[in-house]
Amino acid sequence: MKDLYKPIEVKVEQIKNESPGIKSYILKPQKPNTEFSFETGQFIELTLPGFGEAPFTPSSSPFNKKKMEVTVMDAGYVTSRLHKLKKGAKLGVRGPYGVGYPLKEFEGKDIIILGGGVGLAPLRSLLLSLIAEKKKYGKIMLCYGAKTPKDIIYKSQFQAWKRSGVKILRSVDKKDGSWKETTGVVTVLLDKIKINKKNTIAVVCGPPIMMKFGTLKCLKIGVPDRSIYLSMERNMSCGLGKCGHCAFGPYFVCKDGPVFQYSKVKNFPDVWE
Amino acid sequence: MKYVILKKNKLDEFIVNLSKQKKVMAPVSKGYNNYAFEEVTRGGQIALKYIPTILPPKKYFMPQYETVVEYDTKDGKQNMEAIVEYDEMILFGVHTCDLAGIQSLNVVFSDRPKDLNYIIRKNKIILIGLECNDYCDEHASCKLVNNELPNGGYDLFFTDLGDFFLVHVNTWEGENLISLTKVFEPADDIHMKKREKLRAKKREIFKNEVKINPDQIPDLFDRSHNSKVWYKLGERCLSCGNCTNVCPTCHCFDVEDEINLDLKTGKRIRIWDSCQHESFAKVAGGENFRRKAAGRQRHRYFRKFKYPVDKFSRYFCTGCGRCSRTCMADIRLKETLDDLIKESI
Repeated sequence: MKDLYKPIEVKVEQIKNESPGIKSYILKPQKPNTEFSFETGQFIELTLPGFGEAPFTPSSSPFNKKKMEVTVMDAGYVTSRLHKLKKGAKLGVRGPYGVGYPLKEFEGKDIIILGGGVGLAPLRSLLLSLIAEKKKYGKIMLCYGAKTPKDIIYKSQFQAWKRSGVKILRSVDKKDGSWKETTGVVTVLLDKIKINKKNTIAVVCGPPIMMKFGTLKCLKIGVPDRSIYLSMERNMSCGLGKCGHCAFGPYFVCKDGPVFQYSKVKNFPDVWE
Repeated sequence: MKYVILKKNKLDEFIVNLSKQKKVMAPVSKGYNNYAFEEVTRGGQIALKYIPTILPPKKYFMPQYETVVEYDTKDGKQNMEAIVEYDEMILFGVHTCDLAGIQSLNVVFSDRPKDLNYIIRKNKIILIGLECNDYCDEHASCKLVNNELPNGGYDLFFTDLGDFFLVHVNTWEGENLISLTKVFEPADDIHMKKREKLRAKKREIFKNEVKINPDQIPDLFDRSHNSKVWYKLGERCLSCGNCTNVCPTCHCFDVEDEINLDLKTGKRIRIWDSCQHESFAKVAGGENFRRKAAGRQRHRYFRKFKYPVDKFSRYFCTGCGRCSRTCMADIRLKETLDDLIKESI
């Protein structure tokens, strides 16, 4: 049995401003020869001593074991303090927890990645995993929506993903003068793609309202419910399937998720609320 | 199966003897038909006939406030040490509903990943059960969930049979207490028959309190996701969390950091939390996944009668009646079940 609540010490090696209110942190273990080991889609608890912990799904590739990147929106008690940190700060990481994306199931299939806002963070980790072993998968399509062009995160990386063969569609709710791509909610992007109904996986992550309508839209264009995977957000506190905060129907998001097949959860009363 | 007897006039000697070895906790009267588990040193302090205590014995197994990590950030370092807090004790007089509650907690915290803090603490507690000879009050529903008779989970089990207790010795720890205290005598057929008589009488008194075959409860809940009953409960519920605090199986907690005045050292704690609080399922940014009291009440009931049955093959309601007894809005568990049954017919 491990000391379940004891984190490992990490150093903030770099801080990147992604958008107003969203920053990415590159973390490195303090102890030499320590590696991060996680599956894409699993999450960690990030400790800011004295303030507490908050759950994040790493946005970096699991193939990079030396460093981990987390993308944080300034949205609450711990995250607002994380945003005040400077390079070199010491944090704690415990985990990884839960079940990630079942990449084995994705092999040979076309994959739609549907993300909204900071919900692109876990999806970026997935995308990097898919790109790293691209031959195993069919077409990869990233449909991403943000409120305004300024709110788009990972701005500098879309070009590289495109070069790797990912089809990229982006939309913003409100455009500005320079925006030449789609305007509207992210689900309108799904009208622009053709899918092979029998051989397509959809992965959805974003704010709850976007996940609800994103999922319904995926169903509408013909993706079967068992082929839709949701990265659920809840307030995971212990990460161990005990504390009850992330209880979701009979499941705990921290232990049985955070990635769920839609067909397994669609009948729960609190799936979207 | 080993049975011994303890004459009633030797109870005091037994408790005095035990309290010299370890802390002894037992139900004590607090007035107005309220009881609490507290430390005792004499038999006379113990309420042998009591209705479920205000807080169940879970307070010893998962304390309301518990340190799990201590940290020190002096010199720019971040030293974190895992801590396990425990207290060796003997719990005397635990009713069968509360034994079932402890068994439920054992299942949760032994499920992987195993919770070291809980398991170490549990192994330091010796449990002595006490049979209920009679119904405690109208809130109890122990027969519904088959907890009116013992289902294990104790080291010794006492049955009050007038001028003596018949004692079932269930574990090596129990056996050890018997030989250390030297106040017990062997039990014979006459004692066993007396217990049989009591149990026969209990079969008459303890009747299923809700008109449903207990095996059908999970099915009833399957059909009740969108029941009006939840909305009615939601209108009455004050979201105070009393029901979950006093529940012997509710184990939700929060993990928080507390910093000391030096702003360098501090600790990580777990404290009891309640799924009935408005903020329980709220995430950063303000999204709340159980915004309404109705959804929170439904969640509570599903975590008693449906989810744990699928997961652990047991009800997480022990029938103790505490939630109904303590509810300020008079939400009664049996009434809720009755309403669900009525609606589903």
